[in-house]
Amino acid sequence: MDKMHLKLTVNGEQVETLAEPRELLIHVLRERLNITGPHIGCETSHCGACTVDMDGKSVKSCTIFAAQAAGADITTIEGLGNPDSLHVLQEMFKEHHGLQCGFCTPGMITRAHRLLQENSDPTEKEVRFGMAGNLCRCTGYQNIIKAILAAAAEMNAAKEAAQ
Amino acid sequence: MIPAAFEYHRPDTVEGAVKIISDLGDEARVVAGGHSLIPMMKLRLTGLSHLVDLQGIGGLKGISVNGDTITIGAMVTQHELITSKDLASAAPIMSEAALQIADPQVRYMGTIGGNVANGDPGNDMPGLMQCLNASYTLVGPAGERTVSAREFYEAAYFTEREDDEILTSISFAATSGGFAYEKQKRKIGDYATAAAAVLITKDGGKCSAASIALTNLADTPIYCEAAVAALVGSNLSADDVGAAVKAAVDASDPSEDNRGPVEFKKHAAGVVIRCAIERAIERA
Repeated sequence: MDKMHLKLTVNGEQVETLAEPRELLIHVLRERLNITGPHIGCETSHCGACTVDMDGKSVKSCTIFAAQAAGADITTIEGLGNPDSLHVLQEMFKEHHGLQCGFCTPGMITRAHRLLQENSDPTEKEVRFGMAGNLCRCTGYQNIIKAILAAAAEMNAAKEAAQ
Repeated sequence: MIPAAFEYHRPDTVEGAVKIISDLGDEARVVAGGHSLIPMMKLRLTGLSHLVDLQGIGGLKGISVNGDTITIGAMVTQHELITSKDLASAAPIMSEAALQIADPQVRYMGTIGGNVANGDPGNDMPGLMQCLNASYTLVGPAGERTVSAREFYEAAYFTEREDDEILTSISFAATSGGFAYEKQKRKIGDYATAAAAVLITKDGGKCSAASIALTNLADTPIYCEAAVAALVGSNLSADDVGAAVKAAVDASDPSEDNRGPVEFKKHAAGVVIRCAIERAIERA
């Protein structure tokens, strides 16, 4: 099958690549664009390790063809923070031991980022419901929830201080 | 988990999409959110060589409430159903049900059109559409036609839709009175072990109108006529509710699978139907 010429915006940069229509978004991100933050966990749309932000929606990139994402604006964990300048969510995951093996963390944080964009001051119940599409095999859920609530509080305090 | 090769199409009109699927026949399938079709393609359980993505068709998006009539474009996502203020007032049962489908990421992609057109007995919207007495608009090479949701489902994955037709929109009347969508599932993301959609309207202490439908309790969604008859005109006493629950369970025809044996599913059906009726009465 002929390859398609795909144009995407990934973490603010316009990128172009050739890919077969049957290539999943997660494969194109990881193998063609070398963006390896989003992970392949179950590859059956259950675990959420491959979560990326696509046009303002949290999506499982193992269940989307890259062709469907043509023209979309994608944000991965690499677009949220970096080792020299961590995102508040990354800081809070570190602070509250929100990760153990760390495999689910990029998906957790990318999903939590969208959740807090939509609901900047969620209750614990809302965080649990909003994070229901992400699994942690280390079962470190309590601290993941704590980290997200702490990040929300931190982001709101920063917003208030800026006003 | 790499699907077989296919050619990708993204038409920008319904007519364009219909032309592709009618020209290519069995080899082509349309994709909406893809969260039922893509897993099947990854498992190579479905053979297609042309994938027709409907996302570029503007006319399939949007929710409109026009007087008493609600029309929802096929490409409206579960997430959009949940966050629509218009729907929250015109038919609040929609968001109550959509919130119980899959998980947040799947709800951003999964569409109402895909959910109702797929014909999977596990999908929640078909049962809800029986309850709402919705109608579906189908567009094919010969033009447009409307089919009642209650006439649409023939067997698991077999529907009234022809292979060269696309389901473009869903419409139903705004609801009043009490409502509930109750679903028993093993875990987040699972299909229902049993689920029930209920609408109840009261007038002076008596039930003046009701609708009851079931999800994943047979090959097709079930509209429970006898259960409705047990409630309409009654005082909604415990006995009346009991009679309706029994009639609805009797209308179910579940089969044994990894969610449990038939007897257990009928038991679960009785529990969710009762919860849904009671919650709808409380809200009526």
